[in-house]
Amino acid sequence: MSELQSQDYVRISATTMTPPMARSHEDQVAKLIDVSRCIGCKACQSACMEWNDLRPEIGHFEGSYENPADLGPSVWTLMKFAEHENEQGNLEWLIRKDGCMHCEDPGCLKACPAPGAIVQYANGIVDFISDKCIGCGYCVKGCPFNIPRISKQDHKSYKCTLCSDRVSVGLEPACVKACPTGAIMFGAKTDMQQQAQLRIVELKTRGFENAGLYDPQEVGGTHVMYVLHHADKPSLYSGLPDKPRISATVDLWKGFIKPLGLAGIALAALAGFFHWISAGPNEVTEEDEAEGERVLREGEEKLS
Amino acid sequence: MTNTWQDIKNANVVVVMGGNAAEAHPCGFKWVIEAKIENGAKLVVVDPRFTRTASVADYYAPIRPGTDIAFLNGVIHYLLEKDAIQHEYVRAYTNASLIVKDGFGFQDGLFSGYNEEKHSYDKSSWDYELDKDGYAQSDDSWQHPRCVINLLRQHVSRYTPEMVSRICGTPQDKFLHVCELFASTAAPDKAMTSLFALGWTQHSVGAQNIRNMAMVQLLLGNIGVAGGGMNALRGHSNIQGLTDVGLLSNQMPGYLTLPNDRETSFDEYMKTKLYKPLRAGQTSYWQNYRKFVVSLQKALFADAATKDNDWAYDWLPKLDVPLYDIIRAFEMMNNGQMNGYICQGFNPLQAFPDRGKIRRGLGKLKFLVTMDPLDTETSRFWQDFGPQNPAKSAEIQTEVFQLPTTCFAEENGSLVNSARWLQWHWKAADAPGEAKSDIWIMTGIFQRLRELYRKEGGAFPDPVLGMSWKYTDPREPDPEELAKEMNGRALTDLIDPATNAVVTKAGTLLDGFAQLRDDGSTASGCWIFSGCFTEKGNQMARRDASDPREQGIAPNWAWAWPANRRILYNRASADPDGKPWNPAKPVISWNGSKWVGIDVPDYGPTVKPSDGVGPFIMNAEGMGRLFARDLMAEGPFPEHYEPLESPVENVLHPKVSSNPVARVFADDRASFGSPKQFPYVATTYRLTEHFHYWTKHALINAILQPEEFIEIGEVLAKEKGIEQGGWVKVSSKRGEVICKAYVTKRIKPMTVDGKPTHVIGVPIHWGFTGQARKGYGANTLTPSVGDANTQTPEFKAFLVNVERTTAPAA
Amino acid sequence: MSRPKNAIVRYTLANRVNHWITAICFVLLVLSGLSMFHPMLFFLSGLFGGGQWTRAVHPWIGVVLLVSYLGLIVQFWRENLLNRDDAAWMKSIDAVIVNDEEHTPPVGRNNAGQKLVFWSMTLLIPVLFFSGLTLWEVYFGSATSIPVQRAAALIHSLAALAAIIIWIVHVYAAIWVRHSVRAMTQGYVTPGWAWRHHRKWLLELAQHGKQDGAIVSTRKPRT
Repeated sequence: MSELQSQDYVRISATTMTPPMARSHEDQVAKLIDVSRCIGCKACQSACMEWNDLRPEIGHFEGSYENPADLGPSVWTLMKFAEHENEQGNLEWLIRKDGCMHCEDPGCLKACPAPGAIVQYANGIVDFISDKCIGCGYCVKGCPFNIPRISKQDHKSYKCTLCSDRVSVGLEPACVKACPTGAIMFGAKTDMQQQAQLRIVELKTRGFENAGLYDPQEVGGTHVMYVLHHADKPSLYSGLPDKPRISATVDLWKGFIKPLGLAGIALAALAGFFHWISAGPNEVTEEDEAEGERVLREGEEKLS
Repeated sequence: MTNTWQDIKNANVVVVMGGNAAEAHPCGFKWVIEAKIENGAKLVVVDPRFTRTASVADYYAPIRPGTDIAFLNGVIHYLLEKDAIQHEYVRAYTNASLIVKDGFGFQDGLFSGYNEEKHSYDKSSWDYELDKDGYAQSDDSWQHPRCVINLLRQHVSRYTPEMVSRICGTPQDKFLHVCELFASTAAPDKAMTSLFALGWTQHSVGAQNIRNMAMVQLLLGNIGVAGGGMNALRGHSNIQGLTDVGLLSNQMPGYLTLPNDRETSFDEYMKTKLYKPLRAGQTSYWQNYRKFVVSLQKALFADAATKDNDWAYDWLPKLDVPLYDIIRAFEMMNNGQMNGYICQGFNPLQAFPDRGKIRRGLGKLKFLVTMDPLDTETSRFWQDFGPQNPAKSAEIQTEVFQLPTTCFAEENGSLVNSARWLQWHWKAADAPGEAKSDIWIMTGIFQRLRELYRKEGGAFPDPVLGMSWKYTDPREPDPEELAKEMNGRALTDLIDPATNAVVTKAGTLLDGFAQLRDDGSTASGCWIFSGCFTEKGNQMARRDASDPREQGIAPNWAWAWPANRRILYNRASADPDGKPWNPAKPVISWNGSKWVGIDVPDYGPTVKPSDGVGPFIMNAEGMGRLFARDLMAEGPFPEHYEPLESPVENVLHPKVSSNPVARVFADDRASFGSPKQFPYVATTYRLTEHFHYWTKHALINAILQPEEFIEIGEVLAKEKGIEQGGWVKVSSKRGEVICKAYVTKRIKPMTVDGKPTHVIGVPIHWGFTGQARKGYGANTLTPSVGDANTQTPEFKAFLVNVERTTAPAA
Repeated sequence: MSRPKNAIVRYTLANRVNHWITAICFVLLVLSGLSMFHPMLFFLSGLFGGGQWTRAVHPWIGVVLLVSYLGLIVQFWRENLLNRDDAAWMKSIDAVIVNDEEHTPPVGRNNAGQKLVFWSMTLLIPVLFFSGLTLWEVYFGSATSIPVQRAAALIHSLAALAAIIIWIVHVYAAIWVRHSVRAMTQGYVTPGWAWRHHRKWLLELAQHGKQDGAIVSTRKPRT
């Protein structure tokens, strides 16, 4: 959000520098979303809009309770509704609050070409620093969860900030405060993991044998976690990735191709330079000129 | 609610039937989640649709709209068959053992005493057999064939699981599983709470739906206990307060009955109110009725109400019909019998059935006054908004006065929540523009009318001229002043007749309704509110959340009527000896000399258990009623009647298919559709994202649920070629709505009497004013018929057809 | 424009304008592209008014470049068709590199190296253009799926790197082979230059005279 927090950065996009290390003792935070007690009321969505002053356009009904129809520059969180018929033939309506997962190893940050446009604070929150964002959309490609959205008005990328402004002054994110059933919790990540275990034990007593915590290690864990009744099949919840990882393509693109490419360019330039000082310029000699003149003259004569 | 929101957490089973608590009451629903997590409670949902409440339920069973009585009578059948009732509770606290009159009977769908011409009952046989002292006879051995429990057993014997499934469309195994879960709370230390709302009230048999579940709860011993009760989740802030202060056409404040035109004198009126105890030694609280009425009259008319003029009884309006409900009002408008209408915080064009009829009625008025913070559809009924409101302005002569009012956050005052708490709130912002408080507007109208009466006389100026109006600012009484007036005060020094000592000085605010007198020495505008604003201050403004047993009772948070009691009938939380049924969650108990506990006893505080006084002191027999005597229009036991518009005949008694005492106006009956033309059952409801027709004016809510739609099952959608998110036309005999379709797995066809029956869900929230996209409103489709007791319209079950179509003309 | 006697027009004005439009676009694309490619080069975005401008302007320059390069293709495709001489020339690349003209087989208007540059760019520029389109967030951000965009990003950067390296070779060759730059700025070469580097072309010119746009400028400067 601001340079005031710059000493809290532990990861910074598009930098070759080491981020400030002196203050990296802060507790990691996490938001825990207990899907099993979410009633899909969208209080979190409206709280997000209220706190962050977001007002997307009034849309249309598009065949589901999901409104707006998708995440967007002004839609940082969205309730997703999936009608699922289980093996017993009973209906389950799986409702999931979608939004930035605040990965420990953020794909957006990895992909971002603008220095400091995406940062991760010591508490784990991944934040977009708008004045540095160039609107290229690389974060969209980097994200394994399909979260960031680029505004057509200001060409900045937006997503949930985990209310980093509130958290930095000791408040919980707005969605957490608004949730009427306590389905969204917030605190130290270790506490949230413990809380999740209690919930999982309770869910197992209700017959959800595969209840579990969604904290995917493929992205180093996330700072937004879910308690799922069907942790064995995250994709049931409106396509929550079963095994989210930063795409190999992005890894390649943002990995060794970057230094290799620069080296290749530099090498080509250097090769030219050394060729110049070794072989030197290829100059036209006077003999050449004479020969050339001769050929031309003979040609003219022949033609005339 | 008999209990409180917080108390829900004490339940072992939570049943949501006739409501959709998670969607309509998301904030209160936290206590259901709490019950599940902290108390291991099971949540059961019975609903035509798989709702957001069902999404977090442990068990869901579908039911055809309008068949709850068949389901619940089936539950009673199951409980009695399996003997899964709390015997000691039922014997001691219900009228199970009382003997019913010989003439009482039930045959072919009708109880004894039916008058076919009048569509009503002579209820004289619906009563107990009395002994020579006027007390009800009983048979504690339950052997007498006419004791209530045996009559009930006989009545529900037809509601076998097969029959329930045949009527309700609920698969038998699901029905039986629900029964099992209910039955698990027959144990004395287990409780089930029933959370319901408009899903039960908005039927032609609405009151009986609720009564039916109350009977189940009595049989299970779940009334009066922590985590139990019948909990009506009130939808509208401040709808509980509205009924409390008597804003219904047949009531006065505090649920006192408005006189009818046969009660020509005060004595005549009181005759039917002072219920005599029907059991020896029983307390009957309504013995105090006279005190409440006289104190109300003193509050209304002050010195003008005297003993000599029967406390100005003649100034009260007298009803010539059971009630002047809204359906009747619009019938009268359409017939030219009502020419002016004041809509205060009310949007009937969207909120009442058969919009076409409402619009025509409004168009026949001479004047219409709307008082609302929002630009309601009713205020704009005369304007052409295209197909959503095709009005021909040039032909409408109604003069409309649109008066903008303040919102709750723009004024001080109290709101009564579902748990009967009067919670004071403080003004947070100034009202925009020219908005004025309802008090200011109503006072202005009153003062001007009074001036006209004073100058010009009129048919009957006395009550208007005699009305007491002693407020600091007579143009705008202060909310605190009004609250004090409702609380009541001593008008003269109150003297204890035993000691002759002055117990309460003249002018003192009363501590509670126990101090009210019938000699004109006290005034109280609403006896049940007495105690809300005492000499100790504004009790409604209290904000101490401490809850001594962590059991959901914080006695110093706000103030609950009556007498700051949080759980009604809490005497029944303890056994006849005064020991709590559930020692882990006691409410009150007898300590040898008095009743003690976390709540104000709903009982004489020092009445000994051995005195045998029944716990339901508002009833003349002191017992919970499995047999309702003459209090219900349809009969003392609930009986399944089909909705007025139903896809099937009543399989129990085809000749008496629907409610035999429903009041139906002739032209309304003509606008009922047949299943041939309109083969699908429709039900209307609310969505979390919106509050009635208000929040479509709010941008965020409009964003969250922008456009009108219906919900339709996949099977029917396929049959009709309806696409996900495509346009459909839903039509009833009364009108049509063109909107989007939500093709869903959450509504499945049901097999009713062997035939597949499809349900169409119609959310209500859209209209043609506000920020959301323009819509018609569900009540374009609904029938104009109400519950026979309350005239609450039957919004929840009617017939429609549905077809694929294209977008309506812009 | 003053030209020496017997100057030979190698590139017409149209050729040159087209080339330099392409060249300017290419340089701008390299600068803006590299600024978004590697954080150490992000400072280059300052040349364009900052990151947002760089991001906004890069694809538009790409569009101009594509159109411009299509012009080059139309003008030059014929003379870049490969022939036997190219194989011979490639075989003697060692000699070429050390300026050993004696052992370099004579070539026509273009040598194999030049043709290679031409055809590589003819391949790479459309690849860059189409992969770039899918990455053009403002207009095509949602036209393709994210996995397609990821692949496009990878292809775009690899193609760009290849193009840059080829461009470096091209530029260096122009500097190394003296007076090549003049051919593309002023349009002419001397007969000696043609004799030394494109002997067959010179012989052909001499044989056919004023033909095919490859015009001999004799004493009278052509107007």
